[in-house]
Amino acid sequence: MATTSTSDAHDDHAHDDHPLPHGWRRYLYSTNHKDIGTLYIIFAMVAGLIGFLLSFAIRLELQNPGIQIFPALSAVLTGDGSVDGAKNMYNVFITAHGVIMIFFLVMPALIGGFGNWFVPLMIGAPDMAFPRMNNISFWLLPASFLLLLSSMFVDGSPGFKGFGGGWVFYPPFSSLAGTPGPAMDFVILSLHVAGASSILGAINFITTIFNMRAPGMTMHRMPLFAWSVLVTAFLLVLSLPVLAGAITMLLTDRNFHTAFFNPEKGGDPILFQHLFWFFGHPEVYILILPGFGIISQIVSTFSRKPVFGYLGMAYAMVAIGVVGFVVWAHHMYTVGLSLNTQRYFVFATMVIAVPTGVKIFSWIATMWGGSISLRLPMIWAIGFIFLFTVGGVTGVVLANAGIDRALHETYYVVAHFHYTMSLGAVFSIFAGFYYWFPKMTGYMYNETLGKLHFWLLFVGVNLVFFPQHFLGLAGMPRRYIDYPDAYALWNWWSSVGAEITAVSVVVFFYVVWEAFSKKRVAGDNPWGVGATTLEWTLPSPPPFHQYETLPRISGSDH
Amino acid sequence: MNLRSTGRNFAAIASGVALTLLGAGAAFAQEGFGHAEPDQMDFQGAVTPIAHEIRDLHTLVLWIIVAITLFVLALLIYVMWRFNEKANPTPSRTTHHTGLEVAWTVIPILVLVVIAIPSFRLLTHQLTIPKSDMTLKVTGSQWAWTYEYPKDQGDFNFLSLVKSDKQLKPGDIRLLSVDNEAVVPVNKVIDVIVTSDPTGVIHSFTVPSFGVRVDAVPGRLNQTWFKAEREGIYYGQCSKICGKDHAFMPIAIRVVSEEAYQAWLVQAKKKFASNPPADEFASNDATPAR
Repeated sequence: MATTSTSDAHDDHAHDDHPLPHGWRRYLYSTNHKDIGTLYIIFAMVAGLIGFLLSFAIRLELQNPGIQIFPALSAVLTGDGSVDGAKNMYNVFITAHGVIMIFFLVMPALIGGFGNWFVPLMIGAPDMAFPRMNNISFWLLPASFLLLLSSMFVDGSPGFKGFGGGWVFYPPFSSLAGTPGPAMDFVILSLHVAGASSILGAINFITTIFNMRAPGMTMHRMPLFAWSVLVTAFLLVLSLPVLAGAITMLLTDRNFHTAFFNPEKGGDPILFQHLFWFFGHPEVYILILPGFGIISQIVSTFSRKPVFGYLGMAYAMVAIGVVGFVVWAHHMYTVGLSLNTQRYFVFATMVIAVPTGVKIFSWIATMWGGSISLRLPMIWAIGFIFLFTVGGVTGVVLANAGIDRALHETYYVVAHFHYTMSLGAVFSIFAGFYYWFPKMTGYMYNETLGKLHFWLLFVGVNLVFFPQHFLGLAGMPRRYIDYPDAYALWNWWSSVGAEITAVSVVVFFYVVWEAFSKKRVAGDNPWGVGATTLEWTLPSPPPFHQYETLPRISGSDH
Repeated sequence: MNLRSTGRNFAAIASGVALTLLGAGAAFAQEGFGHAEPDQMDFQGAVTPIAHEIRDLHTLVLWIIVAITLFVLALLIYVMWRFNEKANPTPSRTTHHTGLEVAWTVIPILVLVVIAIPSFRLLTHQLTIPKSDMTLKVTGSQWAWTYEYPKDQGDFNFLSLVKSDKQLKPGDIRLLSVDNEAVVPVNKVIDVIVTSDPTGVIHSFTVPSFGVRVDAVPGRLNQTWFKAEREGIYYGQCSKICGKDHAFMPIAIRVVSEEAYQAWLVQAKKKFASNPPADEFASNDATPAR
């Protein structure tokens, strides 16, 4: 890895020309990438907690056959304690859980949070290219989140509150036919605002990475985390406008008598699914690629070895990004696609397994021959590699349209994507959080408590999702508030897993609180010689403005 | 918790997970035909050529993915043990090995080819509909299924509703048993036309034991087929979220002998004669009375 040849970066008394902002002005008006990154991380923690509570309610409901929890929840939240109200609210909860976890937890944490914080630091830039746009990128998100939360409390399907058609918003359920009330319009507006936020953020990252690298920081010397954010930003810029188009068409179908997706007037609901998944499939790589980048940094740091096969790693991400755009209809094997169409999508989907395999093996090869220190971030990273492998191989199963016919819309799919997302993306978030927490705050957390958090979450989420493979194979459909009694055992264990996970969430917040209250000083580089990227040359926390004198990067290209 | 014990715990728990994964592959003992048996971990019993083929392909792929997962797990445990900072204080600086990099690109491709060959065969079998013996039209609505028998079978249709808890009789299955089952003859190729109420939403017609799943989309006719080789009653459940009673619109197909089927046709024609023609019926708001 490249090294810095200047120590000027340590200058702490930068920017004497204007006073530093304080109080609420510092954050509301912020144009500082680190402050905005912090806002994103706090936002993700709040939204993630709400998204988790929704899923916790879902698992409590499914712990036993029958309908037990949601009538009371519905009575409290909407004043409708009937069984029908409960069934509707269950669907609203699964929808909101999906949208929140994707748009308001994983994306803000990985891209807005760690991306904002560490891309400029890693490439030797003083800030992002468009600091004011960075501000609006963040502040659009709380507005979007409030729109989504509001949608749960306004009229949706006849007689009920909220939109309950799943995060995929398929019409006609999301059209007037299924959801005549304004709840769906709230969801559409929420997504428009969140999408605009992400597009602006993505433009900012692309510009920053292309134009603001420090002297000597060539593309091929750039840390893999910056590469991962770059690829992610391109996926965002290319895919989100398609989602925006699709939901705008849905909005005009709902409000202005167009008929893009209305079969009664010659429209086609399947068109929406194509448009949605043209966005939706790149979206899942948007969620995981920054995680790949974080894991690469951590594995390298704690093995005290440079990343194995750097170019292969960088271009595997590019390949995943490119191929990710041409596999969308593997989410639609059952809609009635022709034989040749399905053959193509089976083929293209299988291709993705190859660069993904390259990444897994390169991480292991990075550890091979290393001097591995099993500090907390490394434990999360190793956990990620194993769990993502499990989620990845079930993806190979589902790539086969023939087998997917038996597993589509069952809990097997739920297990698959939660292994990649809830155990993949979320583990990479925690890995990054514990890796960079000392850098961001200047404080060291309690390692033992952090390990407790890891083990509780590791056991908890595996217990939640592993039995769901069995449920899916046995035929239990997803998005069901009640199920035949034969599925009781594995649902019970899955819910026990959710309860263990709940304890881990409490432990996580305690770890954070404990670190801030004990104020153990972390030092500039708590990880030793393996941490070679530029952020570790700065003080912890870094100064309000860094790199007044740009660092100069020397060393060989990969 | 010291570093070494953390590594060991990790290995222990991870291998526990892997053993469970193996267990999933081995647990063929308790499958149900047409519905899941309590605690079932594997597919429901296959009763059509397609369902058998799905099952065989899945078994092949399952062994491959279990092997890959265990291989990755073994490598992880090995590097944690062998290249721990205590065991290996001085890290190597190796960052390239062309042979290795080519190997882990090419070998996965070969594995995928091994999967792809039977996979494409299965796909072709699923989507190539053989000459059929009869046609059954299935229409999804919120929240019930309508089965329509064409003119050559007597030209009638009926609505199939889930039984409420009060209506359940001994032998019925909660959430699966319905008031009117669709009946088809055994060992006959049934061509199934699937659609949805044109003013309604998408549903999905699913029967796990048949290896059949196809979406019911308003304004579209989808087609699938099955040839059940075993008499019995086979259940499925709507597989596309469709509103509050998504979980309460099961599919029930009773497979009977040809004679029993003919006898049922005579009865059904009388019983359902007063139902309005299906086209009208589907566009009426077919709200079940539950």
